[in-house]
Amino acid sequence: MNDFLLTVRAEWTKLRTVRGWVLALVVALVVPVVIGLTSVNGSRSGGCPGAEVCGPPTGPGGEAVTDAFTFVHRSLGPHGSLTARITGLTGQRPRIPGSGGGGAPVPQAWAKAGVMVKEDTEQGAAYAAVMVTGGHGVRMQSDFTHDTAAPKAGTSSTAASSAGAHSDAASAAAPPTAAAPRWLRLTRAGSTLTGATSPDGTHWTTIGTATLPGLPATAQAGLFTTSPEHTEVDRHALGESATSGPTRATATFDRVTLSGAATANSTESGGLWRTTVIGADPVTAAFSASSQRSTPAGESFTVSGSGDIAPAVGGRAFGARSVEDGLVGTFAGLLVLVVVGSSFVTAEYRRGLIRGTLAAQPRRGRLLAAKALVVAAAAFAVGLVAAALSLKLTASRLHAKGVYVLPAATGAEVRVVVGTALLLALAAVLALGAGILLRRGAGAVTAVAAAVVLPYILAISGALPVAGADWVLRVTPAAAFAVQQTTVRYSQVAGVYAPSDGYFPLAPWAGMAVLCGWTVLVVGAAYAVLRRRDA
Amino acid sequence: MGEVGVAVRGLHKRYGPTAALDGMGFSVGPGRVTGFVGPNGAGKSTTMRVVLGLDTADEGTALIGGLPYRSLRRPMTHIGALLDAAALQPSRRARNHLLWMARSQGIGARRVDEVIDRVGLATVAGRRAGGFSLGMRQRLGIAAALLGDPGVLMMDEPFNGMDPEGIIWLRGLLRALAGEGRAVLISSHLMSELQDTATHVVVVGRGRVVADTSVAELLAAASAGGRVTLRAAQPERAATVLGAAGGTAVPAGPGTLSVSGLSAEDIVAHLTRQGVPFSEVAAHRATLEDAYLRLTRDATEFTGADAVGGTRTSGGTETGERA
Repeated sequence: MNDFLLTVRAEWTKLRTVRGWVLALVVALVVPVVIGLTSVNGSRSGGCPGAEVCGPPTGPGGEAVTDAFTFVHRSLGPHGSLTARITGLTGQRPRIPGSGGGGAPVPQAWAKAGVMVKEDTEQGAAYAAVMVTGGHGVRMQSDFTHDTAAPKAGTSSTAASSAGAHSDAASAAAPPTAAAPRWLRLTRAGSTLTGATSPDGTHWTTIGTATLPGLPATAQAGLFTTSPEHTEVDRHALGESATSGPTRATATFDRVTLSGAATANSTESGGLWRTTVIGADPVTAAFSASSQRSTPAGESFTVSGSGDIAPAVGGRAFGARSVEDGLVGTFAGLLVLVVVGSSFVTAEYRRGLIRGTLAAQPRRGRLLAAKALVVAAAAFAVGLVAAALSLKLTASRLHAKGVYVLPAATGAEVRVVVGTALLLALAAVLALGAGILLRRGAGAVTAVAAAVVLPYILAISGALPVAGADWVLRVTPAAAFAVQQTTVRYSQVAGVYAPSDGYFPLAPWAGMAVLCGWTVLVVGAAYAVLRRRDA
Repeated sequence: MGEVGVAVRGLHKRYGPTAALDGMGFSVGPGRVTGFVGPNGAGKSTTMRVVLGLDTADEGTALIGGLPYRSLRRPMTHIGALLDAAALQPSRRARNHLLWMARSQGIGARRVDEVIDRVGLATVAGRRAGGFSLGMRQRLGIAAALLGDPGVLMMDEPFNGMDPEGIIWLRGLLRALAGEGRAVLISSHLMSELQDTATHVVVVGRGRVVADTSVAELLAAASAGGRVTLRAAQPERAATVLGAAGGTAVPAGPGTLSVSGLSAEDIVAHLTRQGVPFSEVAAHRATLEDAYLRLTRDATEFTGADAVGGTRTSGGTETGERA
């Protein structure tokens, strides 16, 4: 057998023949699961009647969504199009105690109004829409997660001619007004929907197309308006707190024309428009309204709405939990594995056994690699089982308690479990490297705990302000905890994306790469020292 | 002899201002036990660590069978070493301590049980090594050294902490190992421990070799200048006779002479031939310890190995040259 494999086998024999280490591995497996289960014990169901689990609706992709808006709609056949001109989008937000809100009719940046084709009027039903927004220009969105901004040329042509090039960007993002209206059109061809926009109703620019598989022959096409919650972030000495309140947006539409309506008698179309407040709750219902009048140029409407059409973010806000909540005990298992990883070598330094080890394998790089492989494999196995158990057990416990758990794709769950195991493996190897550098167990454990666990706890507990927490989770090895995030950050959804809400500043594998970098650095230094130092 | 045993050449190593090794050089040949003797701090342990590739010498080479330790594959099958009996993890069972070493060399578990038997630890192999006495740890360390059935064995102070029974056992074991044709190097700061075991000694002091010789020659050299105590009824007459024979006799008390320059046998022969009566002839047989003390005293009084140059023999063809 290759002498590296022999050394790996010897190191494995060492690990399994010290009872303290074996016990520590068991503890590292059990404790995170127990912590995970304990942490969800306090959860209550989201106020659903009975024992039924209820939560936010889910979109076509299975993700939790917010789907609340005012919809003035008609039935649309398999082929047709809906065109409308928007001559205004204004906003209104109620007074939040302690803030100056309430007055100006400025819409929320992500207030939306436009034309939509939707499978039906159920929450979460598939849709495609072209819209104007309060501050992000004209966009085409579909099925909650897809978002395309209108090309610059299409939105700026009038701005350039009317207001001059210097106001280009501002007018492109600004909501339409009576002086600068905006035309929107959605064309259906089977399950393909094409969105277009025009400054004048003559020159059209295509924004994009969306395919809605399984869109029934008769779908709902219409005008919609909605406006997301307004959030005030209050900074104070010990962190930040956010206060949110509902808002309302009002859009005026005219020149509305629908072709390809499902009902044969299109001349009586005026009477066929219906208003549905989708996802109505007492608050949004009070904010919703629509009025209609017919003009020779087409139908004209005023539609007010409140809510959002977007993937759900900040799940905890509405009493739901995310799957990774069961992994809050990971840090405890990590600490134990860090102790194992460092003492796997510092125990040898303490007794002089390192000489016996190096006499058995004088090639020090191979010895280091073998030791790293063994602690990494042990930590990975423990982490994999612990994470999988935590996830499954907490999910079923939450389900039994009637708490809604935000759905996560199977791929994301696998990534969370494997990533957690990898996180633990890398941390254990990091500790091994620190143990070689410092030759003292206490010092190595302290250093690694301070580098990995401390930043993580400070960041997710909300002890640091969001900016500080984000910074810490970008540069320290704790960045790797990002691999546990299943909630998704959407640039097209306003929300508080703070580490304390489960949003990490780095993408899952980018965070893991930061830990990898640190591990490579420390193990590389350990190798350099080990090679030169007298044993 | 470069291909068999250990060859140490011109090792120098400094720790700050102190020279731990200052031209250390010797060879360990097969089929015999070589004592590696010197006072504490003479560089014995440092030399052994350099031989095992644990410490790096500033200068010089240490080869096992012609190769540096770090280039050996499965090194414990070439050289078995006991450096520090305390170097074990206390919570690991004795057998497992040997098992991981066996795994690292591709040696089977059966061999582990064999060496446990050979060092007499069979009944305690399942106990945690942390509970072992120093003597038991020495036996465990010796078992580890034997694990790979190596041609070279190197042990640092293996007699430490052993009870008299253990010392007798170890002497027998070392002789047996040499008898099997292995090269055996045993360090000690007590020459007497090696009296009936080593047939060759490398005496070191201050990081270099002071003497590299067979035990027989070392004893002969030490005895060569020895004195004989003579009791005679007529000491003046005896002194005259011995003086004429080339010896020097000085009074050492009433009716007692201390004679030098003649062996006890010569004295008896001369006195008998001349008809001088005597009642006792007592030769001071030099012990290994005497010889060693003389050598190490010389080594501190004179620098270098020149003081004992005449005792250097075939065992070390190149030794001491750097001194």
